[in-house]
Amino acid sequence: MLYALKIATRYLTANKAQTALLVAGVAVGVFIFIFMSALIGGLAEFILSRTVGDISHITIAAEADDPALLFSPDGQVLIATERSRIRAATLTDVATWVPMIEALPGVRAVSPQITGAGFLTRGAQTDQVSVTGVEPGRESVILNLSGYMVEGDVRLGSGLVVLGRDLADDLNLSIGQTLRLQSANGGTAALTLSGIFRTGNGGIDGARAFVSLSTARTLFAVPQGVTQIEIKLDDLNTADAMALRIRALTGLDAVPWTDGAGQLREALNAQAQTGYFLKTFALITIVIGVASALLLSTYRRRPEIGIMRAMGAGRGFVVFVFVTQGALIGMMGGITGAALGYLALLPFPSREAFRSGTLPMDITQGSYGLAITLTVIGAILASILPARAAARVDPVTAIGQ
Amino acid sequence: MTVLLELRDVFKTYGTGEAATRVLRGLSLQLDGAEMAALLGPSGSGKSTLLTILGTLMKPTSGSYTMLGQDMIAGGDNELTEFRNRHIGFVFQFHNLLPDFTALENVIFPTAVREGRETNAARMRGRDLLSRMGLSDRINFPTANLSGGQKQRVAVARALMNRPELVLADEPTGNLDSASAIQVMDLIAQINREEETTFLISTHDEKIANLCRRQIVVGDGVVTG
Ligand SMILES: Nc1ncnc2c1ncn2[C@@H]1O[C@H](COP(=O)(O)OP(=O)(O)OP(=O)(O)O)[C@@H](O)[C@H]1O
Ligand SMILES: [Mg+2]
Repeated sequence: MLYALKIATRYLTANKAQTALLVAGVAVGVFIFIFMSALIGGLAEFILSRTVGDISHITIAAEADDPALLFSPDGQVLIATERSRIRAATLTDVATWVPMIEALPGVRAVSPQITGAGFLTRGAQTDQVSVTGVEPGRESVILNLSGYMVEGDVRLGSGLVVLGRDLADDLNLSIGQTLRLQSANGGTAALTLSGIFRTGNGGIDGARAFVSLSTARTLFAVPQGVTQIEIKLDDLNTADAMALRIRALTGLDAVPWTDGAGQLREALNAQAQTGYFLKTFALITIVIGVASALLLSTYRRRPEIGIMRAMGAGRGFVVFVFVTQGALIGMMGGITGAALGYLALLPFPSREAFRSGTLPMDITQGSYGLAITLTVIGAILASILPARAAARVDPVTAIGQ
Repeated sequence: MTVLLELRDVFKTYGTGEAATRVLRGLSLQLDGAEMAALLGPSGSGKSTLLTILGTLMKPTSGSYTMLGQDMIAGGDNELTEFRNRHIGFVFQFHNLLPDFTALENVIFPTAVREGRETNAARMRGRDLLSRMGLSDRINFPTANLSGGQKQRVAVARALMNRPELVLADEPTGNLDSASAIQVMDLIAQINREEETTFLISTHDEKIANLCRRQIVVGDGVVTG
């Protein structure tokens, strides 16, 4: 109805100050909506990157073989173990699985590893460490080691070790110096410190040692295969589904990060709920504002509505005129608010550069389209009541002869 | 002369019980095509009520009303709205024009609302009507800036826009000075002659009434003369 649109537009432009005020009110609501979206989205991103960003999204660990159960003739259960089997839990077919998993869409990186516990010794000082053997070239695919390097080089090679700042300080080590690493099951290696990193996480900086896969292989006496495969995904929210897929594909026990992360999920959910709550209020404010303004306008224009009805304008036409006004207000307010929201978010650091102490606003999570769409829908819904009131205006009393 | 409309035995009561006002009490009336009639009667006699019923804006409490052979009592809101748009024009005393629209936009409203847009053909007829009303220089004027007499002439032009068979005017000259009143009446008379449009004009002014060929007087809820 082009003509109803013309009349709606004229009504809005006839009272520019009032329309501007109304649009500004809607824009503020939209602004809050967008600000909340960016903040909640950014916070979630921030928390996730701090907690989950540096860990494996899906981990496949070698299943420790259950010891065989033997039953003695009198019914006692005996557990049979052999010393040599303790370290026998390995994933042997890595050469097939790694390329298979890597080929899956949504998988960013795969890191086959040999891990184990060990002791670092330098002089009289000994520290317990958790050793990770990774393939040279894949040092940074799970934990972003290269991003955390403070000294030396991240590249691992035979006879090299990379340690955290705390551990290096504790052992009073500097780059190029040598140390001895002894594994829990007896293997030893003399290693040269080639790099020092600092993640800011004490558990990593003070207790992890990275060596090359081949060094770990001799150290832990794993002649073939690996002890675990870590997988990083493009989107960590797809971990559950991807883990299922990898299980189906390889038959391996792929465990997503979300297993055992219930508290984190609850916290993120609660945060998202708060966001929905505030956004809903912003929308309700918009709806009430538009509805009351249009209701007032309906009342003020009663005589005109009566004239139009007398001249042959149907009820539907009148409804359309007022609903269109609502839609136009929603659209203008929505676009203005979205533009203001975007401009207000520009000064905040991008998601890659979040710093503690600042609001982790994520400009890419402003939900601009959603904000505008919901506002237009809200404004249309808000205008239904006034529009119906307008359509019910009795021409006789409105013209007031 | 062809019969344009016929009211028979029409009653109209406002309110109920103690507060009931019985305004029309068995009123019958016939208007022919191309008639020019004045509607007279003391204040409160029911002139506006009668015009409102004739204009299909309100239904009588009882009685029958046919116009152009159609039953005007049975029609639903959409039907009557459509009928009004095509066959009946209105000129009211107050609140006549849409204040945020120009003279031309007001005049072509009845056509535009039917066609869903303002066509060039409608604009041409609108301009033509406005110049016949002596308003060629006020075509694109915001109606808020027009004088009372000019506003009433725009209203007459708008009432004629869809070439209705009937124009109902409720005290169209009620708040005009006598010179403007005569001017508006002259235009109405001219249109009545040229386009054979039937006019029914309520008025308290004998001079205005005498410009009409027929005088209808209401009193005690019926036509008394
Ligand atoms: N909506 C209404 N509710 C109740 N009573 C009404 C209503 N409209 C009109 N009346 C009453 O009906 C009677 C007729 O009113 P109407 O307006 O038709 O008279 P009128 O002849 O046009 O008077 P005037 O010459 O003053 O315009 C009056 O007594 C009026 O008070
Ligand atoms: Mg009256």
